[in-house]
Amino acid sequence: MTGRISLPVMCLGILGFGILYVPMAVMIVFSFNAGKLVSVWSGFSAKWYASLLTNEQLLNAFGLSLFIAFWAATIATFFGMMIAIAFVRFGDFRGRLALSGLSSAPLVMPEVVTGLSLLLLFIGMESVLGWPAGRGVDTIIIAHATFGMCFAAVVIQARLRDFDRAIEEAACDLGARQPFVFFSVTLPVILPAVIAAWLLAFTLSFDDLVIASFVSGPGSSTLPILVFSKVRLGVTPEINALASVMIGIVAISVISAAYFMRRRFGNPG
Amino acid sequence: MAPFIRLTALTKTFEDVVAVDNLSLDIEKGELFCLLGASGCGKSTLLRMLAGFEQPSAGRIEIDGQNMAGVAPADRPVNIMFQNYALFPHMSVAGNIGYGLRRAGMRGAALGERIDALLKLVRLSGYGGRKPHQLSGGQRQRVALARALARQPKLLLLDEPLAALDKKLREDTQFELVDIQEKLGTTFMVVTHDQEEAMTLAGRIGIMDQGQLVQVDTPRTLYESPKNVFVADFLGMISFVEGRVTKVSKTGLVIDSQPPITAAIDQQRGPASQPKSGDQVTLAIRPEKISLSATATGAVNEIPVVVEDLAYLGVASNYRVKTAQGQMFKLQQQQSRRADKPLEWGDAGFIQFDPADVIVLS
Amino acid sequence: MPQSGSVLHRVTGATGRRLVVAIPLVWLAVFFLLPLLETLQVSFTTAQRSIPPYAPLWGFDETGFFTNFTLDNYGLIATYWQDYIGPAGNSIKLAFFSTIVCLLFAYPMAWWIARSNAKWRAVLLVMVMLPFWTSSLLRIYALIGLLNPNGFINSMLIWMGLIDAPLRMMQTDFSIYMGMVLTYLPLMILPLYAVMVRLDDDVIEAATDLGASSVGVWWTVILPLTLPGVIAGSLLVFIPAVGEFVIPALLGGPDQLMMGKVLWTEFFRNRDWPVAAAIAMLLLAILTVPIIYARYQDGRDDHTTNSQSGTP
Repeated sequence: MTGRISLPVMCLGILGFGILYVPMAVMIVFSFNAGKLVSVWSGFSAKWYASLLTNEQLLNAFGLSLFIAFWAATIATFFGMMIAIAFVRFGDFRGRLALSGLSSAPLVMPEVVTGLSLLLLFIGMESVLGWPAGRGVDTIIIAHATFGMCFAAVVIQARLRDFDRAIEEAACDLGARQPFVFFSVTLPVILPAVIAAWLLAFTLSFDDLVIASFVSGPGSSTLPILVFSKVRLGVTPEINALASVMIGIVAISVISAAYFMRRRFGNPG
Repeated sequence: MAPFIRLTALTKTFEDVVAVDNLSLDIEKGELFCLLGASGCGKSTLLRMLAGFEQPSAGRIEIDGQNMAGVAPADRPVNIMFQNYALFPHMSVAGNIGYGLRRAGMRGAALGERIDALLKLVRLSGYGGRKPHQLSGGQRQRVALARALARQPKLLLLDEPLAALDKKLREDTQFELVDIQEKLGTTFMVVTHDQEEAMTLAGRIGIMDQGQLVQVDTPRTLYESPKNVFVADFLGMISFVEGRVTKVSKTGLVIDSQPPITAAIDQQRGPASQPKSGDQVTLAIRPEKISLSATATGAVNEIPVVVEDLAYLGVASNYRVKTAQGQMFKLQQQQSRRADKPLEWGDAGFIQFDPADVIVLS
Repeated sequence: MPQSGSVLHRVTGATGRRLVVAIPLVWLAVFFLLPLLETLQVSFTTAQRSIPPYAPLWGFDETGFFTNFTLDNYGLIATYWQDYIGPAGNSIKLAFFSTIVCLLFAYPMAWWIARSNAKWRAVLLVMVMLPFWTSSLLRIYALIGLLNPNGFINSMLIWMGLIDAPLRMMQTDFSIYMGMVLTYLPLMILPLYAVMVRLDDDVIEAATDLGASSVGVWWTVILPLTLPGVIAGSLLVFIPAVGEFVIPALLGGPDQLMMGKVLWTEFFRNRDWPVAAAIAMLLLAILTVPIIYARYQDGRDDHTTNSQSGTP
């Protein structure tokens, strides 16, 4: 499937990658700037990284975002797996159209609409049911899990569709029954997709600004909310340092995940 | 004594399609039986019913006297070797082979020994730790076989076992399969569309068409004595001549072809089913029974022909010859002497065949 | 050969199946559908100083059943339609052209990746995925540092003596497009790549063999075959882009006002939730056609893959 790439194609490609990476590269470089500006180099310094470690507000927001993302991702993956199984294995079931619409609309819905509508729901629920009492961590988790499960479903569905059902039949033929067949054969084989789905839901939750802004409450400032409020005040090397740390974490995770996948499952030709 | 495997009036309908049509079959213990048919004939459905993945719409399956109705695949004394092997990609070779054994409760040293014995049987000793994606096609096939044999099933089903292998590997594997089957004495049922596979492997072949068994016999009987035009045409090459019976005697019959062809009476058929004068019959002759020469000898069933087509295969030549009346014959001839000069395209000659070699089909 | 149901399905039983379908369905109905209905409801009420800052749509009090149903919010939008049509038009225009620009870059990039050998392909894919997994907020933030009047690009150009005064790059259509490309490029690349990698090389060779030029091959063979990827990627970018908030908020000026920002302002600044709700409904109305089209495309892909993933 390889072939020659023409020059204009490669040029456009490099330009594209440039657009993706140059801003981040410049930002990372200037996070080590000794001066206060992000455009004029005043010498090398790591002091902004040091100040990150002592910024309690930031560290709290970071921890909160991690917590929320973890739970949202877990719920999302669980539900997403159910949706995926229903679509791939259950043929035409009652409610297929409804589930299909409800699980694909969130993928393209503008975040402001999702955020506003969820907030209005929570307020309505509070006045009728008494729960949720005020907005906070749990409402954010619910919100993130809701759109997360739709993404998770897409990822898992793709893998489930390519799945060779003959191996499930082989397992039954060899003496196994459900749910053992699911846990010993089906799940291990779709596990990469399940993990990918979890990571995707985690990332979407961790990075979410708009929806969290609507459904958070006092004292539940997530990291993006904090960064956004800071950014509005101006661009500083401190935020550069924070951003660089985040990008570094993501970079290490993505690269090691890719490496690990290649080792375990061979080269995807 | 009841046969080891008995299928009685087995039928399977999918909506409006009848995949298996009132099929009955007996298989003896230790047989290597082959189900041969083109795609869509119902053989895969039959296989899945035996394994338990489809429930019959009607009829009965009995294995070693036990009725299989309502018995789940996991509980049947039947195992399958899948067409695409269906190896568990996340488990090692040993893990794959041991899966069924662990389900049966085997553990520890006994499990390890049994896995080693199976690896030895399929000549994969030492490969226990490998993963399926690290194996070649032929190796994966052997793992699939070992895995299916692990639980010592009473019936082993093989779904197109050689289809995914290349030619050379196929030849070697054919004999290996027969060896293993004879060594273990397990009853094998091979499902295939490949004639050569069936003829090589099987002790008996059942030819299937449109959900029904058309003829069940040894390969030799099927080839030399097909029961009808379908079977005759299905296996190998054959020439057909249609005509009306003009004369019947104690030894043979003659039909009204130009020139007339004499066929010997088939002693196997009872007198009642013998064709009578005036009946429409189809005669069939296998290609290796027809000889072609440049000159006439005056023997019976000698017909003047012209060579239409010729395919030189080295070990033999396949000829298509035509009579003046347009009747086509296919024959196969070997060049026994190196210096011989056989007939070429467009040459005229004479074919001849013995009346005893003519198959009479109604 | 038809199959009478997967093993997984048959053995878990009908109730198991119903649960697997019902649980996510109920969750999504409650936490996705219901909120939208609630928003519709609130869009018909009036703002007031209370918690929550809007009057309930209906209820019972001493005088019996009452309702605060009003079309004032929509009336407001209609009256000041210039204030709303502008952003609505901007949203569509900016989203549309962002999609085109993304496509312009994503198509060659996806092609490059798809046609590389296995090793390069893995590297390039990781390079695409990396920004994808990085917070878009941070990427936009990085862009600000680049485009600001006292940002990196301007500082560089002035330092090199190429310009005297800083170029105005922020709060322009250009900065919006850059932001959009930065955010959505990976999303456009992935469906394109998925389609391109499945493209049969032999088809292209056949076309060349039959006398087509490079451009001819692209126009008559490659483009039609990659069109599903183009459509999927475009919808994946266009629809969320229309409702984008962060990009116009951080990179745009008053001329680049988009619906997402309008809604945010009405909600957080003016505390006028009913109007915000009405704007949300308006946004949805604009997007109904593309969303339904996207669903229809999904359904078509569903059917082609379902008929291919056959049975043994």
